[in-house]
Amino acid sequence: MLKIDEKLCIGCGICEDQCPFGSITIVDNIAVVGDSCTLCGACVEVCEVEALSIDNGGKAVPDDLESWSGVWVFCEFAHGQLAPVSTELLGIGRTLADKRGVALSAILLGHMTGDSADRLIGHGADIVYRVDNPSLELFTDDMFEKILSDLILEHKPEIVLAGATAIGRSFIPGVATTVDAGLTADCTKLAIREEDGVLLQTRPAFGGNIMATIVCTHTRPQMATVRPKVMKELSFDTERKGQIIDITPSARQLTSRITVLESVTATQSNVNIQESDILVSGGRGLDSEKGFALIARLAEALGGNVSASRAVVDAGWIPYPHQVGQTGKTVAPKLYVACGISGAIQHVAGMQSSETIVAINRDAEAPIFNVADFGIVGDLNEVIPKLIAKIEEKRGS
Amino acid sequence: MKIIVCIKQVPDTKDVRLDPETNTLAREGVESIMNPYDQHALEAGVSLKERCGGEVTVLSMGPPQAEAVLRQAISCGADEALLVSDRSFAGADTWATSYTLAKAVAHIGAYDLIICGKQAIDGDTAQVGPGLAMRLGIPYATCIQKIRTADAESIVFERMMDDGYDVLQSGYPLLITVVKDINEPRVPSLRGKMKAKKAEIKVLNAEDIAADPSCIGLPGSPTQVVKVFPPEPRGTRAILTGDLDEQVEQLVEKLRPYLV
Amino acid sequence: MEHFLTEEQQMIVDIARQITDERIIPQRAELDKKHEFPRAILEDMAQADMFAIPIPEAYGGFGGGCLDIVLALEELGRGCIGVGTAFAASSLGIYPILISGSDEMKENYLPDIASGSKFAAFGLTEANAGSDASGIQTTAVLDGEEWVLNGTKQWITNGGEAQVYTIVAMTDKHKGARGASMFVVEEGDSGFSCGPKEIKMGIRASSTTELIFKDCRIPKDRLIGRRGTGFITVMKTLDSSRPGIAALAVGLAQGALDMAAVYAKQREQFGRPIIGFQAVQHMLADMATELEAARALTYAAARHIDAHPKDMSKVSSMCKVFATDTAMKVTTDAVQVMGGYGYMCEYPAEKMMRDAKILQIYEGTNQVQRNVIGQELNKEYNR
Repeated sequence: MLKIDEKLCIGCGICEDQCPFGSITIVDNIAVVGDSCTLCGACVEVCEVEALSIDNGGKAVPDDLESWSGVWVFCEFAHGQLAPVSTELLGIGRTLADKRGVALSAILLGHMTGDSADRLIGHGADIVYRVDNPSLELFTDDMFEKILSDLILEHKPEIVLAGATAIGRSFIPGVATTVDAGLTADCTKLAIREEDGVLLQTRPAFGGNIMATIVCTHTRPQMATVRPKVMKELSFDTERKGQIIDITPSARQLTSRITVLESVTATQSNVNIQESDILVSGGRGLDSEKGFALIARLAEALGGNVSASRAVVDAGWIPYPHQVGQTGKTVAPKLYVACGISGAIQHVAGMQSSETIVAINRDAEAPIFNVADFGIVGDLNEVIPKLIAKIEEKRGS
Repeated sequence: MKIIVCIKQVPDTKDVRLDPETNTLAREGVESIMNPYDQHALEAGVSLKERCGGEVTVLSMGPPQAEAVLRQAISCGADEALLVSDRSFAGADTWATSYTLAKAVAHIGAYDLIICGKQAIDGDTAQVGPGLAMRLGIPYATCIQKIRTADAESIVFERMMDDGYDVLQSGYPLLITVVKDINEPRVPSLRGKMKAKKAEIKVLNAEDIAADPSCIGLPGSPTQVVKVFPPEPRGTRAILTGDLDEQVEQLVEKLRPYLV
Repeated sequence: MEHFLTEEQQMIVDIARQITDERIIPQRAELDKKHEFPRAILEDMAQADMFAIPIPEAYGGFGGGCLDIVLALEELGRGCIGVGTAFAASSLGIYPILISGSDEMKENYLPDIASGSKFAAFGLTEANAGSDASGIQTTAVLDGEEWVLNGTKQWITNGGEAQVYTIVAMTDKHKGARGASMFVVEEGDSGFSCGPKEIKMGIRASSTTELIFKDCRIPKDRLIGRRGTGFITVMKTLDSSRPGIAALAVGLAQGALDMAAVYAKQREQFGRPIIGFQAVQHMLADMATELEAARALTYAAARHIDAHPKDMSKVSSMCKVFATDTAMKVTTDAVQVMGGYGYMCEYPAEKMMRDAKILQIYEGTNQVQRNVIGQELNKEYNR
């Protein structure tokens, strides 16, 4: 329940403006909550007189929480290689484990994983639970979910992290349901709360318009999927020692009710923009599909790939896998050139971790300039051809 | 084929803006809409029904106003609509939501296929679909971009992956979540709109679906929001000066490290 | 302005608006450039029951009146009158059957039109017969159980795309207008073919072709109504359809005004948006005023026709003349307000202006409409 202390409420209406669901109205100078309240808490945060509070119904804390210990990272391995997010997560996992004074374990599922377990140790893991089996060559929710759930229930880690990738975001929610754990999707920041050691999980919400910090105080493990390219991996340390524990999966674990007939990897035109070092991204300001060709030429001149804002994808100029932003992919290239992108917050959420951001836009007031390291105010059709010419000139010299 | 499509009413987040002066959400003029991914889920359900026969039931959990998106679903071809609505559902996270929906599905009875949107645009968690399938004890697959073939016995479809796609085959019952590439949602028909106007939307509360009070709403939610704040600004807002040629010159100079 | 629409009428507007915004506007430039028939959009419209609007409920339709179809066409016109014309021409093609056809004929054709599984076209114009219908040279001769058609129709909208054609042919040449009859010809009938697509100044999304009849043989029962009533059916058909053309014009003008006004607010010259200049303001004010007047007249005419279906000629011509002349003026002024941008093919204004011209020409030129109005006035003041 959202509680409103009528003695404290001054009827200022800030909460009314803030509520994303329009659930609060001011009646006779007092805030009144309607049926559509989802207890998101946006109002509690902005209330200057602290008249609002959320009552969680007096949930009891179970007494076995202390028996859950250790930080786990699910390390994704597909098509013969470790996903980069795996080692990124070991980086933050290491920090969290050290803070808690517990071990950091990596969970490796796949087939022909080779020296991957050693690499995970070199990047920070104390223990690697390795399940290397031909049945795990291709990803199935059923098998991955059963194996990870069983491991969690057996070893009782306090924290389980996984990459917010296609695989992680698919089977991790299944695991969380099986082990009755709270799960926070798509986190961009993780930390340990000093007073009680609880995991603080921060993620964008409402299309990236607000950030929310989420905790699970009453259940274990605390589970989170984490955006690729957000956490930093530790540099590989050949001296690090760790333990590799091989696990033989049971026949029950290796059954799937869904069959993978084929796994098709991307063609050139379907490049994974998350792996690109340089991205040239186009937005609504391109005006037409033709304008998009200009973007492609600039990308070519820079030796990068093309990405886009949601508006452009919705217009059908480029397919969805190229979309950057809250509802698309999160990217963190070394260089991100935003052309004709206004910089709506949901787009910025997907690219603000880029090393250098360049913005080209005809509107000097466009919010994209707020996140840009270098900006040019001008018409794309004039700026980009000049830019391409200049780059080629520099290259040539 | 009996199909259940789960839909959610959400604020249209693309219209939500952060007021730079006050750092609060400017909500003025923001409409409540059917979650865009769910529109694709509905279209997938209705077109499967048209191909294979059967019926589509739309299910939503939300406040009484969510009836609007259920009527919209009927105007686009759904046959029946069910709203589970109770003030005690408020504050549900994805764990409690999937519990509540599973109870509602049990109330509906037999089904072959459940279709959900990949995620809702207000939360972007993509967890309710998988959670619902687990609670119902049925297999699931997420981010379906194409249904290749479907008949009464089995279904073959493409799952979007980060580096391509997988082709999967399954029997029923099954739950899938869909991405936007799967189809183009139809415009409601005139007859559909008239039917929607007259349609009775069944509304069930927590008691009707025999939900355990400790598993719903805020008390049933393992995750809690402790803090909400605006995203940090970034960048130096360094707009280059001089005429265009000078600006381009400066920029290329700055980009030198990237020009290998 | 408030026009007091019923709930059902508002539904028609909403559906047509969604199709216009989501399907037509994103594609119109491409369709125009490629002279491409908007088949997919028409299928979406069929799925949304839009083709059912003018068809009686008994034949799988919605039983809508003149105002209902006007509301739908106005929205489509706001997006692209090429697409709107393709849609409207199918209704036009079916009006002769609705007006004069037998029950069997209605049963045979209307349900497929209502569902959108078949399109229709109307064939009147010939090389020597346009506004003067008495110059028709296509002939139909009864040979046993079959009619044999010979002749060529010109500039027929939906030619080559429609499956059902209602055409006018002379059954008794010497009787003049009273010797004309109407027939249904179907795609695939022996001796019937369509010419190549004409290249047009505007409405390029619509298909315009010749219809060629070379000893085209059709069953006897394809005659619409009685022999010799063709001309009356034609007149009633055009009377019924003209408010739809007025509606396309109102929509087109609205689209042009919307674009010009938005542009005028964004475009800055001499340090301020050009909408701040009185010269521009006055142009926009005239555009908006004339547009509202055209809309009000069109709705009023449609309501009059729905209430008094036997007395439609004058009001139907009045709204067609006024709304289409307004659309020509408003689209021309929209290009002017937008200056160089308005003239460039990158932006939709020039297409709107090109498209507008046909509205003053087809379904009876505006000069012929004025004749109709004048003749009606002459009759009125005889009393």
